[in-house]
Amino acid sequence: MDIFLTIMGRDLKLAYRRWSEFANPLLFFVIVASLFPLALSPGQALLQSIGTGVLWVAALLSSLLALEGLFRGDFEDGSMEQILLSPAPFGTVVIAKIAAHWIVSGIPLIVLVPVVALSFQLPGEALATLAAALLLATPTLSVLSAIGAALTVSLKSGGSIIGLLILPLCSPMLIFGTRATDMAANGEPVAAPLYLLAALAVFAISLGPLAVAAALRVGLE
Amino acid sequence: MSDENAGLITADLGVSRGGRLLINGLSFALQAGQAALITGPNGSGKTSLLRVLAGLAPPAAGSVKWAATEVRRLAPEARAGIAYRGHLNGLKKDLTVRENLEFHRSLNGSEAPIDELLGTLGLGEVAGQRLRYLSAGQRRRAGLATLHLGEARLWLLDEPLTNLDIAGRRLVAQWIDEHLDAGGMAAIASHQPDQLAGGGTLSIEL
Amino acid sequence: MKLPRWFHRFGSPPYVYALAGTLGPWIGGIAVVLIAAGTFGGLVLAPPDYLQGDSFRIIYIHVPSAYISMMAYVILAVAAAIGFIWRLKLAHAVAVSIAPIGASFTFLALATGAIWGKPTWGTFWQWTDPRMMFELLLLFLYLGYMALRAAFEDRDKADRVSAILGVVGVVNVPIIHYSVIWWNSLHQGPTISRLDGPTITMDMLVPLLIMIVGFTFCFAWLLLSRLQGEIVEREHAARWLRELVAESRG
Repeated sequence: MDIFLTIMGRDLKLAYRRWSEFANPLLFFVIVASLFPLALSPGQALLQSIGTGVLWVAALLSSLLALEGLFRGDFEDGSMEQILLSPAPFGTVVIAKIAAHWIVSGIPLIVLVPVVALSFQLPGEALATLAAALLLATPTLSVLSAIGAALTVSLKSGGSIIGLLILPLCSPMLIFGTRATDMAANGEPVAAPLYLLAALAVFAISLGPLAVAAALRVGLE
Repeated sequence: MSDENAGLITADLGVSRGGRLLINGLSFALQAGQAALITGPNGSGKTSLLRVLAGLAPPAAGSVKWAATEVRRLAPEARAGIAYRGHLNGLKKDLTVRENLEFHRSLNGSEAPIDELLGTLGLGEVAGQRLRYLSAGQRRRAGLATLHLGEARLWLLDEPLTNLDIAGRRLVAQWIDEHLDAGGMAAIASHQPDQLAGGGTLSIEL
Repeated sequence: MKLPRWFHRFGSPPYVYALAGTLGPWIGGIAVVLIAAGTFGGLVLAPPDYLQGDSFRIIYIHVPSAYISMMAYVILAVAAAIGFIWRLKLAHAVAVSIAPIGASFTFLALATGAIWGKPTWGTFWQWTDPRMMFELLLLFLYLGYMALRAAFEDRDKADRVSAILGVVGVVNVPIIHYSVIWWNSLHQGPTISRLDGPTITMDMLVPLLIMIVGFTFCFAWLLLSRLQGEIVEREHAARWLRELVAESRG
């Protein structure tokens, strides 16, 4: 547990000192979300009907921007090899790093997306569901991001390829997240998609770090 | 840990880089108080060899054993017996010198005093500065200082003298001597072998 | 965990190269015969569908392709996992060889689905159809795997990293599959149940089964020939290969 807190504390401190790396994706999200109304013919009904999907896809794309730095910094300055060779259990280190990444990139989305959703005229009862769905979906997103970042960590520029690797894997999350939000907007019960999102999160958190750790080990070889 | 006295033993070791075999059939043993100086021209596989010895990369053939165990299969606690310092210092640019050392200390579960270490290093005055404002030599000093933040018996050092001034080189050479005198072991890749450990050394020419 | 002894022969490139060379033509021959028989059965012997007329006959390509597309991904992942765990280079070679074949069958399933869609839905592409959506995502998984491999210069690293992606992918395939079906069940869109229902009769079904087996043999044939190529590429410096080349030149 000590090592978990040490790693997470370090990553949060680094994120605080380089806050722009995590602020940029959020700004990107807001800009993409506001470009959609411009690209579509102005009409409130249309915006309202596609708003959920636009927000989720924009959030997904923006999260791609933040994930490359997840392991790259540690890889390039040699910290990763020191951590791997240290007596600290590597799996714990990986989970701590993913958790720190979720705190700086996932939690802001949970707050920001519902606020932007207001501008798309999403009904009030859907906003709470949207936040809940994001709370359940962002951990999965962080784990998948970590997998993509770990697979490409030893490449000089992994950025362009990561999206190709992880976006298809994000599709179940996107489906359940958008459905939950839409169903709430229509006043339907939303338990089913939320449970499914929770199941995805449990699954991703329990198995994902294994893949991440394996990929990082190979990357360091 | 008595079995650490078995030291480092390689048998018929093969090392490759990018699928090309660079070293073949290398067998040597390091025991308490011994150092191995690894020399050879650029591209001869010094770094690759050290990475294999550290267990970062798998050997292409043969085996590397530390404390009578295959180095890639060491239990986490046993890994504490080996310290590897490569070309990269393993420090974060956006942490201060002190924060970096504190991180390495908790990573290795050590209690070593940091202030004293900073004093010996001549880094006392910049301890509160972020690493990005330090010179390459100062960073190198801080990176090597982390060797003292753990209980490693075996030091694997890749060109430890790079970027260091005369005083720094002397300091590092002195550390290595003290480490060997205290029963430690070291494998060092260097272009300046004459500046490093004198007596009782093995020489490995690639 | 130790592998059984007979398995180790499959770790020997010359053995596998020779085996693939011997088996290839036989498997290819069987594939040609089965596909010819299935095609005749499907196009001539089977009666037209009472709803869709003759257009349904494309299932004789569409269904086997879709089946191969999924099976190939599973085999790819299993081979990659074996290669990763036991450091078996040939298992990696199998995984690498499968990727473009699997992607081609996936593309074939999508293309035939689209051609079939035109007379049935009135449009080539229907975004709400879960099976087409799934095949599309599967194609992305194949392309991602191939793109990741291509990004590495060091083959050994490419093998090991892409193996992890393959395993992650195969774990996700059922999740993606069921989530897409669930997604569609909420739409109640204009989907047509294809294979189920009473419309399929024996003389329609038998050619389909023959085609599925024939496609499987065809897949195996393609795999063996690609595997031979992959082995030659990986072993280009090996003595056995030089000797083989010298021998064939006489």
